[in-house]
Amino acid sequence: MRPEWHDFEGGSWTTEINVRSFIQHNYTPYLGDESFLTGPTERTLKLWEKARELMKIEHEKGILDAETSKPSTITTFGPGYLDKENEVIVGFQTDKPLKRGIMPSGGIRVVKKALEAYGYTLDRKTEEIYTQNRKTHNDGVFDAYTDAMRKARHSGIITGLPDAYGRGRIIGDYRRVALYGVDFLIEEKKQAKKLLENPNLGSPDIRLREELSEQIKALVQLKEMAASYGYDISQPAKDSFEATQWTYFAYLGAIKEQDGAAMSLGRVSTFLDIYYERDLREGKITEEEVQELVDQFVMKLRMVRFLRTPEYNDLFSGDPTWVTESIGGMGVDGRTLVTKTSYRFLHTLYNLGPAPEPNLTVLWSISLPEPFKRYCAKVSIDTSSIQYENDDIMRDVWGDDYGIACCVSAMRIGKQMQFFGARANLAKALLYAINGGRDELSGEQVAPMFAPITSEYLDYNEVMAKFDQMLDWLAELYINTLNVIHYMHDKYNYERLQMALHDVDVFRTQACGIAGLSVVADSLSAIKYARVKAIRNEDGLVTDYEIEGEYPAFGNNDDRVDMIAVDVVERFMNKLRKIKTYRGAYHTLSILTITSNVVYGKKTGSTPDGRKKGEPFAPGANPMHGRDKNGAIASMASVAKLPYKYAEDGISYTFSIVPRALGKDMEDRIHNLVGLLDGYFRSKGHHINVNVFDRETLLDAMEHPEKYPQLTIRVSGYAVNFIKLNREQQLDVINRTFHER
Amino acid sequence: MAEVGRIHSLESFGTVDGPGIRFVVFMQGCPLRCQYCHNPDTWDVNRGTEYTPEALFEEIIKYRSYMKFSGGGVTFTGGEPLLQAGFLLEVSKLCKDKGISVALDTSGFILNNTVKELLEYTDLVLLDIKNYDPVVYKTLTGVSLSPTLKFLDYLREKNIRTWIRYVVVPRLTDNLDSVRQLSGHLDNYPNVEKIELLAFHKMGEYKWKELGLEYKLYDTKEPDRELMKRIADIMGTSGKTVTLNI
Repeated sequence: MRPEWHDFEGGSWTTEINVRSFIQHNYTPYLGDESFLTGPTERTLKLWEKARELMKIEHEKGILDAETSKPSTITTFGPGYLDKENEVIVGFQTDKPLKRGIMPSGGIRVVKKALEAYGYTLDRKTEEIYTQNRKTHNDGVFDAYTDAMRKARHSGIITGLPDAYGRGRIIGDYRRVALYGVDFLIEEKKQAKKLLENPNLGSPDIRLREELSEQIKALVQLKEMAASYGYDISQPAKDSFEATQWTYFAYLGAIKEQDGAAMSLGRVSTFLDIYYERDLREGKITEEEVQELVDQFVMKLRMVRFLRTPEYNDLFSGDPTWVTESIGGMGVDGRTLVTKTSYRFLHTLYNLGPAPEPNLTVLWSISLPEPFKRYCAKVSIDTSSIQYENDDIMRDVWGDDYGIACCVSAMRIGKQMQFFGARANLAKALLYAINGGRDELSGEQVAPMFAPITSEYLDYNEVMAKFDQMLDWLAELYINTLNVIHYMHDKYNYERLQMALHDVDVFRTQACGIAGLSVVADSLSAIKYARVKAIRNEDGLVTDYEIEGEYPAFGNNDDRVDMIAVDVVERFMNKLRKIKTYRGAYHTLSILTITSNVVYGKKTGSTPDGRKKGEPFAPGANPMHGRDKNGAIASMASVAKLPYKYAEDGISYTFSIVPRALGKDMEDRIHNLVGLLDGYFRSKGHHINVNVFDRETLLDAMEHPEKYPQLTIRVSGYAVNFIKLNREQQLDVINRTFHER
Repeated sequence: MAEVGRIHSLESFGTVDGPGIRFVVFMQGCPLRCQYCHNPDTWDVNRGTEYTPEALFEEIIKYRSYMKFSGGGVTFTGGEPLLQAGFLLEVSKLCKDKGISVALDTSGFILNNTVKELLEYTDLVLLDIKNYDPVVYKTLTGVSLSPTLKFLDYLREKNIRTWIRYVVVPRLTDNLDSVRQLSGHLDNYPNVEKIELLAFHKMGEYKWKELGLEYKLYDTKEPDRELMKRIADIMGTSGKTVTLNI
């Protein structure tokens, strides 16, 4: 055993890269409560105060500072500090805290536009290089897009595609750097590359050889980057500090070079706990010092920044980075993966106050220790900053060392990556089915010219037949579009460091997504159970609908409509599965909109459920606002019916409740929230955001943002700082179903 | 033929009408006309949606796992649920058969044989005593206090677990002498486990307007913490646990 590993129990992890084996052999499950936790240290408070001052200026200006010439790589910038004296964990993406780097390999136009939006100008030389000498991912994609793809993108039936910026949603196994040191990782990659010396070297192996070379270069640069801060990470971390700092360095290298929509952290808390426990056992560190490491690590994660365009912010508002950290869960052997460090991470929400990032995600299991469940509920009630996902259903599929990328996408850490596929607008697809492939807003023929529906009143069977046909077209176009995007992303914007922290052979998923599920389910329900009259314009295009009678709406635990929603998900997923994916990726689907439900609604005409043109969709898999009449659990029960097997990229549900409706006092509220989560996850719900606050608080925050610098709310899969949302999105959050009874 | 019930609405996530997470059934129809009622739309016995006992039970059973995890159950409230005791008896039998805990939120205005049979299937009664002064009670509710007190006696006789609920309305139910007497009276009831003080709130005000009813409490304020605390202290002299719902 290496000296850095003294007192650890051996296992297969000592001879091969296997972080899970290390964790399983060495971690200490914690069944107690939160009473051991300590407050922030003096140093942490001073440092956080400085960070907050910068964030305040940033909020006023839009961004604090931006690089305008040097494209960001792992080693572009020398060391940067916030306050060297009080900074325990070090490292920033650029030379200054909160200064945003530029990553033009995804697309130069977006970089230029984003800089201009904040009053900066892209260096002419840099622009020239990326327009004349170096092709970008964005250029590659548009070289290969077909006319049909361009039209679909333009009309908004498929949107949010990662075709102009980094795709993200890849989690490097950042723990490997701490456990093994970089030299060992380089050696492994070199050996793997040696094995790819075949007599018939075909393109897959050639591509992989090139990728492995890139990965090795990235690892060498990662060492250089750490060295610039005065640390040698070629060897394994030997103590608590090094384990934390090495893990952060690995993550930092990734976010210096990639600006993917979601740059998630993985599942590091229980891993780090092993180092903390060893040092605590040996008397080398105190609880205060351990919490300081966690607080300062988390503080760095709160300061991750990417340069985004205003259009991007409309889709994904509040400047999110999705530094998702997955906490808790159970091991396949029945022991809980909750450790004291699971508590310490959640406790940062008290020590540093609530915050949207890192995106703290609790992997909930019915079998979690009761004190931990209660602590999570308390944190939710106090901060509204955490989300919950169903470990009991995900462990079945992904084992016990998966992490969540972005909002709801599970992947086995270091063994699996995804091709992020944004989402298709199924509500629009339904309207296309009715209008024979013409866009209801522009009148343009976007889909093939199928026969439109011509009757005055819509007939369920006729609509379903046409909708089915439209989904066939959409599924094929959608997968092919994603194939183009990911082919080009691999080619021009390969995530070399993140992939260096994966096994050589990774399992890839093609993560598709849908928006507007509840609109579609309700529309079909209205057509089936009420009478829906089509209102046509002079051009024969159906632009509005009139409903006569009542229909069961999604969100009331009523099978008549809930099964329609289930059918739509299964139907579309089965169609996607038929279409071949790039690199043989496994098809998955998410029901998640993030905050783009507002933009999707804006781009979609009136729908047969009574929703008017331009009105927002419900977020994720949520029922439409105000249509759930039987209270919160009925609404959750409808969502829980959506089958994870057909939506393995996650099903997002956002729940907001006023404290009073959760119970009379704190004790009751904790008790009821735990019961609510147990019940929801037992009935196979996949994900839930929990917000606990009064509507009045939000209204006040809209008028007086200065009073609420840290007001955090959960929206579809992530958390945002409420005051960073635009007014329209703020109103959407407020109008959304609040359970207050 | 099974009796049909009239139901105002269903709430799948009730957290304030009994312990744990409750499926709350708001029954249609009420003989009382409380001035501070926040559900006046439940008064009219002819409104609401009809359910057979089986149909209502099917809705309730869907939420069994939530009840189990939280130690909750079903709560019948209203309106006055005892107006439809026969119907509730059928539903309660079905619930008890599946191990679902049944709570009844009532003014205790009716006590006949059907009600007595219903109480055999009831695990917890939330008994609303609007006031202990018979004159105030009459003004407040339009009916007399004595049936409620008889009901309370019956609950003691059958040793049925009971929580007393008392709504604090400034200048209406803050007659402290009568609160003191009520507290003393409750001392004699070992089946009474706790007293819940509910703060009057104005969330039902708009319903009075919608129904074209004359609302007398437009100028009444919600009670402040101090008043709640004072009444809680007096209630506490009964030796019972007192909880505040503000």
